[in-house]
Amino acid sequence: MNEPKGRRELIKLLGFGGVVFASGLAGACTRILRKSGGGEDDFFFVQLSDTHWGFKGPPNPEAANTLRQAVEAVNALPQQPDFVVFTGDLTHTTDDEAERHKRMREFKAIVAGLKAPVQRYMPGEHDASLDQGKAFQEHFGATHYSFDHKGLHFAVLDNVSDAQAAIGDAQLDWLLADLKPLPAQAPVVVFTHRPLFDLAPQWDWATKDGSKAIDLLQHWKNVTVFYGHIHQEHHFRTGAIAHHAAQSLIFPLPAPLSQPKRAPVPWDPAHPRRGLGYREISVGESRLVLTLKEDSLEGTGAAQPAAASGSY
Amino acid sequence: MRPLQWLLRGSFAAIIAAASSDVVAQEKIIQVTAEKFKFTPAVIELKLGEPVVLELTSLDRKHGFQVSDLNIDENIEPGKITRVRISAAKAGTFLFHCDVFCGSGHEEMAGEIVVKP
Repeated sequence: MNEPKGRRELIKLLGFGGVVFASGLAGACTRILRKSGGGEDDFFFVQLSDTHWGFKGPPNPEAANTLRQAVEAVNALPQQPDFVVFTGDLTHTTDDEAERHKRMREFKAIVAGLKAPVQRYMPGEHDASLDQGKAFQEHFGATHYSFDHKGLHFAVLDNVSDAQAAIGDAQLDWLLADLKPLPAQAPVVVFTHRPLFDLAPQWDWATKDGSKAIDLLQHWKNVTVFYGHIHQEHHFRTGAIAHHAAQSLIFPLPAPLSQPKRAPVPWDPAHPRRGLGYREISVGESRLVLTLKEDSLEGTGAAQPAAASGSY
Repeated sequence: MRPLQWLLRGSFAAIIAAASSDVVAQEKIIQVTAEKFKFTPAVIELKLGEPVVLELTSLDRKHGFQVSDLNIDENIEPGKITRVRISAAKAGTFLFHCDVFCGSGHEEMAGEIVVKP
């Protein structure tokens, strides 16, 4: 694989205060950034989303392989992330409770192959909405929680265990209590499945009471939200809060309201993994600068052409 | 701006919709059934200015009926009729969908209200 000249050309500041976007070949940009950016306390994590383990259908005839390919791709990164976070829809929904548990067990067995030392999970509506998160909790633990990592605070919000996509006042109270000790300038990262803002309510791309969460989060001046659900990369800003949706690992969906129905983008046998990928998030020493890099699954595996590069 | 978004924004203020348990005489009633994973009919055609009541019923489980551009957000419970009054004052197409996650075909459970001049 040829290393393109001037990889920095793929890195572009978009005015999303404190966030740098990059896109391209897995690992390449990240290496450069870490060499030039610096400090020993820099770290990075990886966001995987919408793996939909158990899905079968024309939008991805290779669905039985895609999750394993993602694991292999992350394991092949030049450096391993501090942790991997799955932002929901780990499994594809089923009415059969036994099958739901089976899919979750299989998912866990596959991602156990990740070299990254820690995995964090949260549910999507496919995992949790039919049983209010019961099976998910048995296999993966709490559906909302927080943790700290190297001086950065992370909060995980559940907007799917309620089948009508509400966070609920109890969880919002918890979020407020969780963040309250932090100073207003403290960097905060939020993981959730659905967009907290009204991206496209006509397509159910929203959270019923997401505006309450956004109002609450506005008190902190360095909040970044990473989410999934819409099966495509998307960047948006509400006030001081940056929202970043990730690509899926099952099939891409069309741009919001770009067509009458939110049907999957048809599978292309010439580019079977187009639109599938994951995200690396590098955290600078100050903890105020996050660098996003979008990696494509296209190009991973021996039979595939060289990885495609993208830019913004 | 994409055509569909333009259409929806341009027509938003011209439609009045409300949930109601009452049906006024001379209002046209359109019955809409919800089941996994479809609405019948999936295309609801209205005439401009015609007062209409949608009578929503579920054939299997709880579903939702959300038309975000008309500020309609109703639940459809089995064994109950949910009535939604619509008075169309301008032509347009308005998407609706089930917003209560109901299974593997949930994302396909959608339709549109078409108001014709």
